Amino acid sequence: MSQTWATSPSEILLKVAERAAGRTRRTARRRLVLISGLTMLGIAIIAIVGAPLLVRASPTALDVLHPLVPPLSPGHLLGTDQYGRDNLSRILYGGRIDLAIAFGATSVTLVFGTVVGLVAGYFGGWIDNLLMRIVDLFFAFPFLVLIIAIIAMLGPSIFNMFVAIWITSWVSYARIMRAQTVVAKKQQYVLAARALGYGRLRVMLRHILPNTASAVIIFSMVDAIGNIILAASLGFLGLGAQPPTPEWGTMISDGQNYILSSWWIATLPGLAIVFVGVAFSLIGDGLADVLRPGDR
Amino acid sequence: MSRFGNLPRRLVHLVVLLFGITLVTFFLLRLIPGDPALAILGSSYTHARATAIDISLGLNKPIWTQYGLFMDRLFHGSLGYSFFYNSPATTVILQHVPPTLFLVVYSAVLAAVISLPLGFISGLRRGGIVDQSTRVFFTISFAMPAFWLGIILLLVFSVHIQAFPISGFGSGFIGHLYYLFLPALTIALGFSTVLVRSLRASTIATMQAEFVDTARMKGISRARVLRRHVFRNAVLAVVAVYGVNLAYLISGTVLVENVFSLPGLGQLLVNSVSDRDYPVVQGVALLFAVLIVAINLLTDITQASLDPRVGQEIGE
Amino acid sequence: MSAAAEPLLTVRDLRSYLATGQGVVRAVDGVSFTVGQAEVLGVVGESGCGKTVTCRTIMGLMPTRTTYRSGAVIYHPRGDGNILDLREGELQSLRGAQLAMIFQDPMTALNPVRSIGDQLIEAVTAHARLSRSEAHDRAAALLTRVGIPAPDRRMRDYPFQFSGGMLQRALIAIALASAPRLLLADEPTTSLDVIIQDQILSLLLELQRDTGMSMILVSHDLAVITQVCDRIIVMYGGQVVEEGDTATIITAPRHPYTRALLGALPQAGQRGKLNSIPGAPPSLINPLTGCRFAPRCPLATDECTSWETELVETDGAGHRARCWRHHEVGRSKVWQASDSA
Repeated sequence: MSQTWATSPSEILLKVAERAAGRTRRTARRRLVLISGLTMLGIAIIAIVGAPLLVRASPTALDVLHPLVPPLSPGHLLGTDQYGRDNLSRILYGGRIDLAIAFGATSVTLVFGTVVGLVAGYFGGWIDNLLMRIVDLFFAFPFLVLIIAIIAMLGPSIFNMFVAIWITSWVSYARIMRAQTVVAKKQQYVLAARALGYGRLRVMLRHILPNTASAVIIFSMVDAIGNIILAASLGFLGLGAQPPTPEWGTMISDGQNYILSSWWIATLPGLAIVFVGVAFSLIGDGLADVLRPGDR
Repeated sequence: MSRFGNLPRRLVHLVVLLFGITLVTFFLLRLIPGDPALAILGSSYTHARATAIDISLGLNKPIWTQYGLFMDRLFHGSLGYSFFYNSPATTVILQHVPPTLFLVVYSAVLAAVISLPLGFISGLRRGGIVDQSTRVFFTISFAMPAFWLGIILLLVFSVHIQAFPISGFGSGFIGHLYYLFLPALTIALGFSTVLVRSLRASTIATMQAEFVDTARMKGISRARVLRRHVFRNAVLAVVAVYGVNLAYLISGTVLVENVFSLPGLGQLLVNSVSDRDYPVVQGVALLFAVLIVAINLLTDITQASLDPRVGQEIGE
Repeated sequence: MSAAAEPLLTVRDLRSYLATGQGVVRAVDGVSFTVGQAEVLGVVGESGCGKTVTCRTIMGLMPTRTTYRSGAVIYHPRGDGNILDLREGELQSLRGAQLAMIFQDPMTALNPVRSIGDQLIEAVTAHARLSRSEAHDRAAALLTRVGIPAPDRRMRDYPFQFSGGMLQRALIAIALASAPRLLLADEPTTSLDVIIQDQILSLLLELQRDTGMSMILVSHDLAVITQVCDRIIVMYGGQVVEEGDTATIITAPRHPYTRALLGALPQAGQRGKLNSIPGAPPSLINPLTGCRFAPRCPLATDECTSWETELVETDGAGHRARCWRHHEVGRSKVWQASDSA
């Protein structure tokens, strides 16, 4: 393309616009968010699972001679609590429970709730009505109250925390999945599949589910954060992990009384919660960008 | 055509729901192990006294009869008698309502004040400084457990800076505002995360709508376009989110009341569960549930009044 | 025919480039035309040829952060200044009062949560100070003028209670509320039923004749354009490829694209295959050198891809085409019969 002038108006405009478009393309590299989230989570998992290899001190060993030692002291990187137990090892070991809840409780409720929502949304009619009334009933109770009641029934323990969450948490997924399914049911691709004579189960699993799964998966990240906080809250109220098992929530509750003098007992476990929570948030945001580009 | 044409049907649903709630509350409680007589009498437990208490609580009758009696009493406005507080359960509960109610409303208002401007501006200037810093801030605060955040705020603002009181409800309206600021802020921050995100997404979507172009085309000021067209529509999506999360907020009060030593329903509930004070636990759980149902109804009505299309939908 | 007076609007070498994640979309790439007083100009072309972006750029409705514009748009009653350079505040005094626009889909072009009356009164009071009742009366009169019966009652209704055709009428009322001198109508009939299309077109024509305003009518439907417009510009790939008065263009098109568009019009009583234009619309990111229509053009030669295109005078005053083989573009078969123009 021959040019009469080196800098015609269109050339200048093009250069300016291209620089701007380049900027847009660069911000489109949001994968960074997803990668950071996964990295953070990876670090947390490695540190927590590999705790025995990383810390010498036992999380439950009492050391009455060295109570309330501040962080950065020799032998106790993050200090000790009122019984002389090493804070760092308690945080790493304590994370096992909360992480286990994040993965174990969330995945079960994700699957169960998704199935219920899919069935309710697809079949409609009285099945839908019945299932959604049950969902509504669950939603009518403040979440924490219901969990407390269930744990009061079953007795406070780590396993019962799982059970309580399994019983109550699936409803959010059911609602989301049902709404998605109801919309998806009317889409062209579903009508086409039915017209081809595909069985209902096949249509649900191989057509509707892959197209709607992104909503529940992204929500599961948010839910994971919620479950960790829930486990910590129950620990805080004395209804979760029982002493001497370390857990982030119970540690915060213990540290409450010493907050004025030894802030590290209550504060640091909370930071651990925030770290893992932010990791899940970033993963959720990153997934949202990848699975549904253009929504941001 | 009535905008609220759906309302009668919704009310019927509501009544059914309330019945379900009373049923669940009642039976859930009966399933909690532990002998109320034991809890009430403590060290002065004798078999004779325990039996007397069982009879007065009606525990010696079959369970369906108990439910019938419970519902009968309920319709006459009574929730039973609390042995622990030595007064009707209703009185005890009502005494604890003000702090919780104040806290809930305060948090809701604070949350709106924080999230509406931030969410709107974040949506208008995507990628701008407000948007980015808001997102970073709320991503971090969302991962904070409410009780931990409360403790941190207490530590910083009440202990070190001494700007706010450590605990208690205070007296007088201004007193309440002052004493409850930190707890309300704690709850509001958690609440705001979802609101900001929702409003931001809603604003972005609304800005792309063609009616915004029509409004601009008329030659009215940009401020008017933003106020009467963009905001007015963007905020609709948030009302639903607001309503749902307000319900979650109520459970948040349970934890926050603990940290800030507030004599509200949350404290009452936790204590009564360990005391096995059945009438009070039942009453509080029922009250919470009714409150949530009421909030949902209020949300629906607000939506219907803001958006004329809502009343037209059949079913839910 | 338009008066020999000064034109109402002059667009000179307008460019609108959009910065996107995929690159720079050269949506409008050097478009020039004029609109005379009381003239109806038609802009025709396929989806994505830049017709809508042209209109929005003129009105200043393109997203500011991602749109890069150059060129000049001169609205003569206001002077010789380039209105693209105006600040938002100054642009507001033009919009509604001088320039107005109606959009393609009436169902989404109105605020769903406010009444029709509210939005119409907002338009009526945008440039005039009126009392409540004056504004109300003015609005009701406008609704009657566009053919909406029982205006007082309908003003209390909401958009979802109106049909598509009625919504479009309401939008026309809103556009005309402050008596603009130029109306840009972007595909005003595309989303409507055929019968309603006719009604709306007649309405627009009627209003144009009564008020003496000029109109730019954008459509991909050549049939619609030819019914209503005095002059036509044909757009392709972000550029103007032919311009001239309606009669000349439809009887003696001088650009292969125009010829193909005319050929694609279904005939009354036609059976069998419809003539479509082979190939796909060009990409506006990194457009081809030379003629952008060459890949789909039956008259294309090697020279076409290296020719730096420009609008060439063909026969008659004001008839130009972006083709160096324009004399070989045969008379359109379609209109040979009605060759009395």
